Amino acid sequence: MTDPTPAEQVDLAVLRARLAAGAADAGVLDVAWSTLDSPVGRLLLAATEVGLVRVAFEVEGHDAVLDRLATTVSPRVLRAPARLDAAARQLDEYFAGRRRAFDLPLDRRLSRAFQLAVLEHLPEIPYGRTASYAAVAAAAGSPRAVRAVGTACATNPLPLVVPCHRVVRSDGTAGRYRGGPEAKALLIDLEATP
Amino acid sequence: MGPFDRAVEQHGVTVLRVCRALLPPADADDAWSETFLAALVAWPGLPPGTNAEAWLVTVARRKALDVLRGQARRALPVETLPEPPAPRPFDEVLARDDELREAVRGLPHRQRVAVVGHHLAGLSHREVAEATGVSHDAARRAASDGVAALRTALVPPPPALASDPPPALPPAPRRRRPGGPS
Repeated sequence: MTDPTPAEQVDLAVLRARLAAGAADAGVLDVAWSTLDSPVGRLLLAATEVGLVRVAFEVEGHDAVLDRLATTVSPRVLRAPARLDAAARQLDEYFAGRRRAFDLPLDRRLSRAFQLAVLEHLPEIPYGRTASYAAVAAAAGSPRAVRAVGTACATNPLPLVVPCHRVVRSDGTAGRYRGGPEAKALLIDLEATP
Repeated sequence: MGPFDRAVEQHGVTVLRVCRALLPPADADDAWSETFLAALVAWPGLPPGTNAEAWLVTVARRKALDVLRGQARRALPVETLPEPPAPRPFDEVLARDDELREAVRGLPHRQRVAVVGHHLAGLSHREVAEATGVSHDAARRAASDGVAALRTALVPPPPALASDPPPALPPAPRRRRPGGPS
């Protein structure tokens, strides 16, 4: 197979955009994805027809993330930025310091029972504040499950939008984060800036 | 199956070339879209280990044949002229490629369908005959007349060009067999 010529590349880009729109219209675009450049690196955003299903950092490997989405959600995966427009816009506003909470439909299917119970409490931590893993465990009704809370936060499928970066160790250090410790520190700093 | 996106990325250009070999540009783009939309629907149910490229090319040929069949049934008394090729950038290779495409499109309808169907899409004369509603012999004759007409139409580049450093030429049409390396 020879590589596409420049002219073919242009034609294919147009055709792929048309395919994404046609697939969404036909109701067969199970997972739409897009990328967004941010201060914590390039983010992958993925949404089902229900809502935003995954936010992934570059360090997770976007190809690997798409592979897992194909297995766990559906292999009908297409790059289709239109469905991610609102999420991308709100994240841009967040990084610019102009947004403190997200208002997006979320698809929680990648979280199991306990993780879901933990993550649903996180938006209660106000913008610019942090809470300890122990405090979140208590809020989730399992005060002794501190380690499990740590794991639930560290494997949050919707980081940034569900603010697991606001959960830190009792000694004040940042703790594990999907985007790496530097990203977590950057977000805590960003929110601390008035 | 992996993300469908990756199949589009890897095989989109092959399918585009199959569609464009078979159909004029606007129809070819529609056939490409229909091929990938149909493939997207079927994708989750595909048996593991399926050769995605071969499968997509088969779907594309069927879509293109549907279009050709539709045109044959319409049986217009006057041949509509094929659309002129879109303007291409100054590239020598593309220019030669366009010359071939234009020559194929300049063939009478029956010859064009037979040449494209048999020589470029790898269909048998019988399949071409069935798709276009002519006899087996007529399809074979049309293909052979079409190839003869192409030989006449595609004169070699003028000697002025031959003295220049030789441009990289695209593969000759008869080597462009779908499924094989192109």
